[in-house]
Amino acid sequence: MSVLLSATRISKRFGGVQALSDVEFSIRRGEIYGLIGPNGAGKTTLFNVLTSVYAADDGRFEFDGAPLSGLKPHQVAARGIARTFQNIRLFANLTAIENVMIGRHVRTRAGVFGAMLRTRATRAEEAAIEARAAALLDYVGLAARADDLARQLPYGEQRRLEIARALATEPLLLALDEPAAGMNATETSDLRRLIERIRGDGITVLLIEHDMKLVMGLSDRVLVLDYGRRIAEGPPAQVRTDPKVIEAYLGTGATSATRAHAEPAPAGARPGAVPGAAN
Amino acid sequence: MEIFLQQVINGLTLGCVYAVVALGYTMVYGIIQLINFAHGEVVMIGAMVAFSVIGVLMKTGMPPLLVVAAGTVVAVPACMATAWLMERVAYRPLRNAPRLAPLITAIGISIILQHVAMMIWGRSPIAFPQIVKTHTFEIGGALITNVQIAIIVISFTLMGALMFLVYRTKLGVAMRATSQRQDVAGLMGIDINRVISATFVIGAALAAVAGVMIGSYYGQTQYTMGELLGLKAFCAAVLGGIGNLAGAVLGGVLMGLVEALGTGYIGDLTNNWFGSNYRDVFAFIVLILVLVFRPSGLLGERVGDRA
Repeated sequence: MSVLLSATRISKRFGGVQALSDVEFSIRRGEIYGLIGPNGAGKTTLFNVLTSVYAADDGRFEFDGAPLSGLKPHQVAARGIARTFQNIRLFANLTAIENVMIGRHVRTRAGVFGAMLRTRATRAEEAAIEARAAALLDYVGLAARADDLARQLPYGEQRRLEIARALATEPLLLALDEPAAGMNATETSDLRRLIERIRGDGITVLLIEHDMKLVMGLSDRVLVLDYGRRIAEGPPAQVRTDPKVIEAYLGTGATSATRAHAEPAPAGARPGAVPGAAN
Repeated sequence: MEIFLQQVINGLTLGCVYAVVALGYTMVYGIIQLINFAHGEVVMIGAMVAFSVIGVLMKTGMPPLLVVAAGTVVAVPACMATAWLMERVAYRPLRNAPRLAPLITAIGISIILQHVAMMIWGRSPIAFPQIVKTHTFEIGGALITNVQIAIIVISFTLMGALMFLVYRTKLGVAMRATSQRQDVAGLMGIDINRVISATFVIGAALAAVAGVMIGSYYGQTQYTMGELLGLKAFCAAVLGGIGNLAGAVLGGVLMGLVEALGTGYIGDLTNNWFGSNYRDVFAFIVLILVLVFRPSGLLGERVGDRA
């Protein structure tokens, strides 16, 4: 399998906090790549640097054969990276289908004058956008909610709507930031099937997740960050027995007490256990 | 009663123009929370450009309606270009600056545009050519002219077209998305800068038509005309709830009615202490009342931290 995204020595500092230092990894086409680490490890910062929300202080991404640096967020989307957000960020006052239509922007043209003059091309394009958006809503199981405002949807459906919106940009890489956060068991297992189906359709998935059962079960490989540094990478079975990972999550010796207070153990982990070993 | 009806007709005509201009304020505010004080000057430029074109073409003996239409057709792109340029040069570099900086800049742009217009078209009021023959119709003792009817019809057509654009087209969805969450809109592939430019340009197209209408209605234009008109339209946008399109329409029409009725009755109500020369105060009385009693405006939801 060829490499879709490679990161070389990515660093990002916020004032005195080194959020990312020299992070390196590469994601192969068609895999589900997990990204885990205690809170504050730099996972979301990595997403933000990847999608040009922040500029990296140092290092570079190579995506689909070309570098990503210096692009605006919408250009990153055009290159084929779409994301969701840890704290849901839908357009609350747009309907579900309008939210998805937004994602189609990057794959269609027709500008101001087209919109004002209602040219034939514009109208045809808008009909196509709407049809595609409806198909995507159906794909994530929200066909019945198309005309509801995003803010009226229950939480689990909002999460799936974010995924549909991201898929509308026709990404090569779908980056999911804690998609299962706050979901109940049924919603989580639906989500798991959805992510597998997305991968089955040829989209590479980068997954930040605190639900160890989900991320260890889904991912082909997992990258572990702690304090902005890469501490382990590999297949889930290997990562979960890595001593450095166990230390990061559970602490050792004197650091264990402070760390355990600052960082509640992730789902499935308890003192003396290894992340994900519970399942 | 005839006076009342007459003032309602006059107020509705004026209110339609206010509404079309107020839409430009409210759209820009909705998308980047900027009160574009130079918007009134865009209206003035629309009127001036149309005036020049009409002045040239009326000598050719073309049919009057065609001449006015040609004036409008030239004024619209001229205003769009002006607005595009001011967003690009003055506001975009200040996108992330403190709120006050673009506001002051807007006032500066307004002064610059006024003085550029003064250099081109002179200081004195210019008679706007009244080439379309006026017909007067009588309803219930009140008079309405064909120009007034045209203004009302054109205004509502434009407002309808704008609503369609914002609520039914791809660009409209992008505009609404950008106004809600600019950062996320960018991440979802919307070119934020293009959407913001488009918002300015569309507002300016409306302003151009408003300029031609107000010029034809009052029969004169001057380089300062945008100042008071712009302020009143801004008051109208605040009355309706700034950032809200339907609010701008409602606020504009109400503002026109308040002004016309106030002007019509102020003499009777104050025993001629005050006369119709106080017509310009009503908009600001309304503004003060709105800010005191309902700062979010008639259709606005909440003000939050908006200045």
